Amino acid sequence: MAENLKMEVKNLNFYYAGNKLALKNINLPIYEKKITALIGPSGCGKTTLLRCFNRMHDLYPGNRYEGEILLDGKNILGKDIDLMELRTRVGMVFQKPTPFPMSIFDNIAYGLKLLGIKNKSELQDRIEQALKEAALWEEVKDRLNVSAFSLSGGQQQRLCIARTIAVRPEVILFDEPTSALDPISTAKIEELIVELKKNHTIIIVTHNMQQAARVSDYTAFMYLGELIEFDSTDIIFTKPNKKLTEDYISGRFG
Amino acid sequence: MSNINPAIKRAKTLEYVFKVILGLAGVFIGLILPLAILIVLYKEASLAIDHFGVINFLTSTDWDPVREKFGGLVPLVGTLISTFLATLIAAPISMGIAIFLVELSPNKLKPIFSTSIELLAAIPSIIYGMWGFFVVAPLFGQKVEPWLQKNLGGVPIIGKLFEGSPTGVDVLTTSLVLSIMIIPFMSSVVKDAFNMVPPIMKESAYALGATKWEVIKQVMIPLTASGIAGGLILSVGRALGETMAVTFLAGNVNQIPHSLLDPFTTITVALANQFTEADTAVYLSSLYYIALILFFMSFIILYISKVMLLRIEKKWKV
Amino acid sequence: MDRNKLKRKIESYVFLTLSFLAAGFGLFFLFWILGDLLINGFKYINKDLFTQDPVPPGMEGGGLKHAFIGHIIITAIGTAIGTPIGILAGIYFAEYGRNSKFANFLRNIVDIMVSNPSIVIGAVVYAILIKPVGHFMGFAGGVALALLMIPVIVITTDEMMKLVPRETREAAYALGAQPWQVSFQVVLRAAKVGVLTGVILGVARISGETAPLLFTSFNNNFTTFDPTNPMASLTVTVFQYAMGPYEEWHKQAWAASFILTFAVLMASLIARYVIQRKKY
Repeated sequence: MAENLKMEVKNLNFYYAGNKLALKNINLPIYEKKITALIGPSGCGKTTLLRCFNRMHDLYPGNRYEGEILLDGKNILGKDIDLMELRTRVGMVFQKPTPFPMSIFDNIAYGLKLLGIKNKSELQDRIEQALKEAALWEEVKDRLNVSAFSLSGGQQQRLCIARTIAVRPEVILFDEPTSALDPISTAKIEELIVELKKNHTIIIVTHNMQQAARVSDYTAFMYLGELIEFDSTDIIFTKPNKKLTEDYISGRFG
Repeated sequence: MSNINPAIKRAKTLEYVFKVILGLAGVFIGLILPLAILIVLYKEASLAIDHFGVINFLTSTDWDPVREKFGGLVPLVGTLISTFLATLIAAPISMGIAIFLVELSPNKLKPIFSTSIELLAAIPSIIYGMWGFFVVAPLFGQKVEPWLQKNLGGVPIIGKLFEGSPTGVDVLTTSLVLSIMIIPFMSSVVKDAFNMVPPIMKESAYALGATKWEVIKQVMIPLTASGIAGGLILSVGRALGETMAVTFLAGNVNQIPHSLLDPFTTITVALANQFTEADTAVYLSSLYYIALILFFMSFIILYISKVMLLRIEKKWKV
Repeated sequence: MDRNKLKRKIESYVFLTLSFLAAGFGLFFLFWILGDLLINGFKYINKDLFTQDPVPPGMEGGGLKHAFIGHIIITAIGTAIGTPIGILAGIYFAEYGRNSKFANFLRNIVDIMVSNPSIVIGAVVYAILIKPVGHFMGFAGGVALALLMIPVIVITTDEMMKLVPRETREAAYALGAQPWQVSFQVVLRAAKVGVLTGVILGVARISGETAPLLFTSFNNNFTTFDPTNPMASLTVTVFQYAMGPYEEWHKQAWAASFILTFAVLMASLIARYVIQRKKY
């Protein structure tokens, strides 16, 4: 398979404040319009790695990166990078739904307004499109002006996905997006994530191995801050190269 | 990423503006204002400081507007006495209230009781003063104080505290009303501290067969000692600066009280009564001098209280 | 062994009874004060109290219109100055100064300023505003009240904004928002009820203040709407009337105290209720 490289992690070390080494020499390719899953036991650094892709760690002082993460060949860990611009290109969906304290409409309009889109009809079009892509349109089209908090947990999470895709990011990061949801909502979100790869490159952190197997094209297995193995999801789940990966996949620890 | 979106660019520019505005607001209230208070008080007091010095002013009992001789000892001692007595009354009662609210009150009634106690703190200080003046002072002057005098006046040492003519406008009523005003501050701090103790600590003491009081005495109070001290000191700080209630009840007589039934004065009473009457520069400056002493004193006291309270917060917050 | 057990039980019983009595002591005074206000204050409330200016001392009748109007104007000036500064500083401490030692230090100072003697603020404002101008002004009273109110609003704003989950902030950053956009458009909005509560608590606090007004807005026997004039307030008028020798003054002081106290208590109760609902 000839894949296009969208992002690439090169010799990445990451230190939390206080010089605590959390990621050790990570090298990882992220292929365009594919889903890459990051798996591993809790504390292995998968979420830490995910939050490097949009430099979420920069919100807290003392965190430090070494190495490179390339996005279309340009190092996003460089000093000249505009973080706000980067985050409009690399979107993120969180563990728990994070609706803003405003209406459904305004939630999605928020990201668009940040980009300077003020034209009412353009806003409406893009919001409708985002909600449709997030498979939420039918459920909320008659009540766009009610508070986002009135939605169920699963709906809130799809709203957050709609909010993220409305600004048309190239890459979307999912941080255990279904960990707070029931099985039915989870299935819907998984379906949606697969659908999204038509237009987006996706990286997803999950503690649920079945989920990784179901949705992803590539899987990276991490352990204690190191990348143990990266390969296509089929190989990782059927004949992994490393003993550690096999132990984890087969449920011998974790 | 070379052609940055204009909306983001504008938001970035605004970020600098907001950073400066917000920072200024924070620095204004946290640094400039307290410093400005200190500087203004010092500047206004400097005439009196030059005139009377520091040690001399603090040890002089003079307060003579006609001869323009001023000293801060009498109002300072008055402030300290009424604060001390008010705290003495308030401390055990606040502890009792906190224990009641945390351990004894039925759960359903807890919010009602604790809100009621906290409402005591919301009543304006002038109301305490007026109520004390019209209700407590006559009651004490006519009934309570003569009774105390009759029954305790003969007891050696203690009897001295009840000498003089009972009027109800004196150290005793002032301290009592002041204590009611500071009770809610101390009890709510102690209550919060008690609530921070992890249940498992209490449970392990109960599991050993301790009684409720033993758990309070041997587990909760030691574990929250710095919180209790912080609450105590906070209420001292509050009592020092209390003005209106004290102004009604102290009697505004420039003397160091020798008995609980003597009228007296405090720094705040002197300020409230004499500030607008001060007709000479030295007189006004002397009032600023005692205001400076009050500000300095209460700031230090409140700072110590804050440090104690931060300590207990650190201990229990994960 | 058994005697020891009995002793311990009795001790426990005695001390718990004492703390029960302590709570009773507190409640007893609350109801005593409120009861006296109700009995003495309520019966003197009439239309004239709100619509008439005072008559010469010692005469029957007249009202406190001048003090009600003055009180509202001074409190409004204080609120108008204090609220924006308080909220802005609160945002600074909650959002911008979170990880800065310097900001934390300043926040602790603000916490101390909450309990700062209010009469000192009055004396300082006198030196800054009244002395140079040469006469008392309602406006100066408003400034003094604003300075008392700001710390209260700062602390509540800070606490309420800190209750907003970290994820909500991160989600806004993940969309490419600037810190000010996150603070004002997302966090402040999420905390708006709590922040409003802080403002109510602040208003409740300043509307009961007397000491800082004594040497700033002072007093006035007539109704004025001009804040550059000396201005009457309910609290200063109560002080003057209660200390004065006339029966009529005492009655009006009770009535004004009744209204003032119940207004302040209602405001604190509402604020408390809202905060409690917010937290749980």
